[in-house]
Amino acid sequence: MEGKIRELRMEHITKRFPGVLASDDISISVGEGEVLALVGENGAGKTTLMNILMGLYQPDEGRILINGSEVRFRGPEDAFKAGLGMVHQQYMLVQNMTVTENIALGYKKAWKPMRLSLSEVRSRVVEISEKYSLSVNPDAYIWQLSVGEQQRVELVKTLCLGARFLILDEPTSALTPQETDELIALLKNMTDELSIIFISHKLQEVKAISNKVAILRHGKVVFSGNTDDHSSQDIAAMMTGHSIELPKNLDKNDSGDTVLSIRDLVVMSDRKTVALDHLSLDIKAGEIVGLAGVSGNGQRELSEAINGLRRVESGSISFFGKEIANFTPRQVIDEGMGYIPEERNTEGIVPAFSIRENFILKDASNPEFSSRSILKKKDIDDYSEKLVKEFDVRCPDIQTAAGSLSGGNIQKVILAREIERKPRFLIAVYPTRGLDLGAVEFIHQQLLAIRREGIGVLLISEELDEIMDLSDRIAVIYKGSIQKVLDHDEATRARLGVLMAGVKEE
Amino acid sequence: MITILTNMLSMCIPFSVALLLASIGEMFNQRAGVFNLGCEGIMAMGAFIGMLIPFSVGGGGPVPQVYNVLGFLAAAAVGAFLGLFFGVVTVTFRAPQGIAGIGLQMFGVGTAGTLFRHFVGGTQSIPGIPDIDIPLLSKIPFLGDVFFSHNGAAYLAYLFIPVAWYILFKTPWGLKVRAVGTNPRAADSMGINVSRTRYESLMLGGALAGLAGAYLSIAQAKMFSDTLISGRGFIAVALVYFGHWHPLQIMGGALLFTFAQTFQTQIQSMGISFPYELAVMLPYVLVIVVLSFTSRNQTTAPTSLGKPFNREMRT
Amino acid sequence: MTRTFRLAFKAVIILIAALAAVLIASIILWMIGADVGATFYTICIVPLTNTLHITEVLIRAIPLCIIALGITVAYRSGIINIGAEGQMAIGILAFTGVALAFPSVPRPLLLPIALLAAVIGGGLWGFIPGILKARLNVSELLSTVMLNYIAAQFYSLCLRTIYLDPAEQGLGAAGTPQSMRLTENVWLGRMSGRLHYGLLFALVLAALIFFLMWKTTLGFRMRASGSEARAARYGGINVAFYVTLAMVISGAFSGLAGGIEIAGVHRRAIEGVTNNYGFSGVVVALFGGLHPFGIIPASFFFGLLIYGATLAPSKVGVPANIVQVMQGVIIIVIVTAQMVLSNAYFQDRVWRKISSLRKKEA
Repeated sequence: MEGKIRELRMEHITKRFPGVLASDDISISVGEGEVLALVGENGAGKTTLMNILMGLYQPDEGRILINGSEVRFRGPEDAFKAGLGMVHQQYMLVQNMTVTENIALGYKKAWKPMRLSLSEVRSRVVEISEKYSLSVNPDAYIWQLSVGEQQRVELVKTLCLGARFLILDEPTSALTPQETDELIALLKNMTDELSIIFISHKLQEVKAISNKVAILRHGKVVFSGNTDDHSSQDIAAMMTGHSIELPKNLDKNDSGDTVLSIRDLVVMSDRKTVALDHLSLDIKAGEIVGLAGVSGNGQRELSEAINGLRRVESGSISFFGKEIANFTPRQVIDEGMGYIPEERNTEGIVPAFSIRENFILKDASNPEFSSRSILKKKDIDDYSEKLVKEFDVRCPDIQTAAGSLSGGNIQKVILAREIERKPRFLIAVYPTRGLDLGAVEFIHQQLLAIRREGIGVLLISEELDEIMDLSDRIAVIYKGSIQKVLDHDEATRARLGVLMAGVKEE
Repeated sequence: MITILTNMLSMCIPFSVALLLASIGEMFNQRAGVFNLGCEGIMAMGAFIGMLIPFSVGGGGPVPQVYNVLGFLAAAAVGAFLGLFFGVVTVTFRAPQGIAGIGLQMFGVGTAGTLFRHFVGGTQSIPGIPDIDIPLLSKIPFLGDVFFSHNGAAYLAYLFIPVAWYILFKTPWGLKVRAVGTNPRAADSMGINVSRTRYESLMLGGALAGLAGAYLSIAQAKMFSDTLISGRGFIAVALVYFGHWHPLQIMGGALLFTFAQTFQTQIQSMGISFPYELAVMLPYVLVIVVLSFTSRNQTTAPTSLGKPFNREMRT
Repeated sequence: MTRTFRLAFKAVIILIAALAAVLIASIILWMIGADVGATFYTICIVPLTNTLHITEVLIRAIPLCIIALGITVAYRSGIINIGAEGQMAIGILAFTGVALAFPSVPRPLLLPIALLAAVIGGGLWGFIPGILKARLNVSELLSTVMLNYIAAQFYSLCLRTIYLDPAEQGLGAAGTPQSMRLTENVWLGRMSGRLHYGLLFALVLAALIFFLMWKTTLGFRMRASGSEARAARYGGINVAFYVTLAMVISGAFSGLAGGIEIAGVHRRAIEGVTNNYGFSGVVVALFGGLHPFGIIPASFFFGLLIYGATLAPSKVGVPANIVQVMQGVIIIVIVTAQMVLSNAYFQDRVWRKISSLRKKEA
């Protein structure tokens, strides 16, 4: 199977998961030197389809053809041999191994019977990184590298394994706008030698790089054609099936008093390095402050520190005038803090608990739900029924295990619990990550609604659009401190991108 | 005083072999991401099978050394088989490893006890294997006793430490093992068969635990009894944490614990009026103390330890 | 997927699991040349054939039930207690200590105090692995096993020294390490044969645990900590505290089981009282679905196996260790079957296979 891939076709691919038809009779094709953009909402089935192409999943029906002849991939190894390579959205790198070792995992030429020839791998890495001017240090451990560098490692890895056909799954999701531009320029150069499938839901990128586009919705191809023939708006409309105009924060900001005031906060990461470096930030009642930044710059640590889940080394957190640094999580909750954590499945809900049990997770001792430590079944049931209706949680009943719900509905459960507790402040961390637009719309509306009630919101997100749509002010975090705080009107994508990359203004 | 110390130290190497082998085996399991608490049970089976072969040939009398070797081989085979069985349970069916390991421990100890009563009966000793005095070196005072006059199996076990290190860090298989224990999803995406690698390491780990058991019955105690293993399998698991999943540090841990165990034999032989039970407790207390100091901030731990892998489960 | 299919799927998996357990045990029996059928008959049926046998089964079910209830509290709170054996031993020592120290205190006072001492002793022995897990992240699987060995040594040390029966003291090394027969003031009354009123304790405690775990805020928090510790912590629950508390409760139950065993059956501290109940309790808890109402029948079943196994050596020449083999196999089979049952992907695949087969026939 050496030589060029002149054409790759996937025909009538069908793949079922329990309760979901992830791919429904999908057919796509990519020719030599072409870039196919595979677009669609979260959950539309893009990644599943590519995992099938890489041999990670076996399709229930359908076939794959390369240069007209059918191929069967039992695993990724077969796909590598055929010249395919994929950069997954979550990088597939072993953190405590070096770049060379990571690449050696797939580089079978260096696997001698009783010995691993790392030097052979290393020289291959150097050769490839020079050829494509992708600078990587072959001896660095993965955990030492930034997100952008890890992505280069992923690219070098697939190229070292001889990829002549590249699949990139949301490659720009963790990059700053500038890094994104560089990547797109790089990929454009590569199309002389490679064909590419580019998965994205960001339409500017799709327009910038691809010549063909295929739109997936609910596991089906709803459209395919030439990118240039269609506007971004057309593509967006076909992606969602109906036009959704996400709500925007347009009200005049009648800012109240400062309610959350963070001064010189220093917090350590899990690896005992400084995660927050004298971070200061003020948030007023009735405003949404968006925290923009490439993930891994201290966002997680900031939200955990405020909520008493991570030790504060020094500095202060003043909440309605009260010092809450190093409070226990319970004390912070009792102060009226609402929190939508980053990992909804493991931090937001107890997955094996029913929806009703998750609703009272923070309030089991509230007299409304228990008296003398005994739970009031009836009251809890009534409360839960009310919330399920109010927040439109789609579920068989309130006894359903929360973990069996879809991502959007889990997020609604969390949102319902947090908002119904009548918080004095809300911290929302990546609240819409991985959700489809319908759910995003709902959550955005709810965030704007509580803002109107005069509640301050700290919105942490990696989606610049989300931040720009919702925030009154935007703070940019870089390496654990706030680069700059911009008013909504001053903020542009380009300006934010520069700040996110750590470049100081002036 | 010097003789006591020499005695204790010279016991360290031969008495540490069982812990060492079992622990290195467990290290391979855990490096691949599987926590095998059934080590104790595998050791019991290894110990029984190991002594059964020379015993059934010689009836307790002297036998040619080849039967002892056969005993070791059979123990390794049984151990590998039990490792495979544990793989079916925890890798293929993805059962929770901790509790499944307790099941394997009960099964192994129970089966060894049952078969022992049927095939051997009561306490029966076997001649075991002789010590080999290494020419010249064994004559060195103190050092000779401590390092150079032990049984052949002990020498081989210690020679295996650098081999284990080489396998883990310098061979393609070792690379695979480390990858599937840390980030199985990444390994999978690179075309490495996660389940197969885990099975292989479980079988290697099982074989080593079987050998460890056989060493206890053939070379050390020269008999089998229900209490022969008495927690050594669990201590071996603890030693892996203590040794940070590294063969050399595990060896250090095995020697330290053995030194604590020899304390008890010395107390008895010296006739000091110190409660025997307290001396026996010592290594177990030591395990808890050591775990208390080493369990937090385990940054070297394989990050997928204890987590079953399912390619289709999207997280 | 139809309801009937789901039920059938579950039934078939459980059936296969049961067959697998029987098969593995049969292989071991076949290896020692035993009559497999007769052995199973001796272990599972003979103990049910007369009242005396049944009371013997029940007196074994009592400690199993109480220990399994404790293990359930711990398991549901995210900490696996393999240390019931040691906690039971410490409970016995505490119970015996009180009985030996105050033989003349009247029964209505002494019996509760002695049982309370057993509860405290077991609870303390459970506190150690609990706090080590909560504060220092020490694996409870390892620490509890180590504490079992330590408790066993401590137990025999006490029996040989401070608790030693004066009647045995003169015999020196030939004497049996045991305490003297305890005062009648700590005895539990008997209903029939050796069957004592501890049975009622077991049943009442089962109801109590059900209430605690599923009807109170305390149980709610413990279950949340055990189900997803991270989310519980984010929800303001002090996970470290509840995990430790669960282990203390678990240890207290094991200690109590030890006290009741002495008060009802042996009436003196002697080697072998714990009789591997601590490990069997883990099997009973899992077999009972980690639920009090499942544990009651489960403890009867395992009481049956354990008692039946004691009959096996004389009746069919099978060592009593066979019960340990069975318990090991049962644990493995249960956890495996649970994973198969909860695997939606597998269930889905089977369903599609079956429906496509049906289509072909039609």
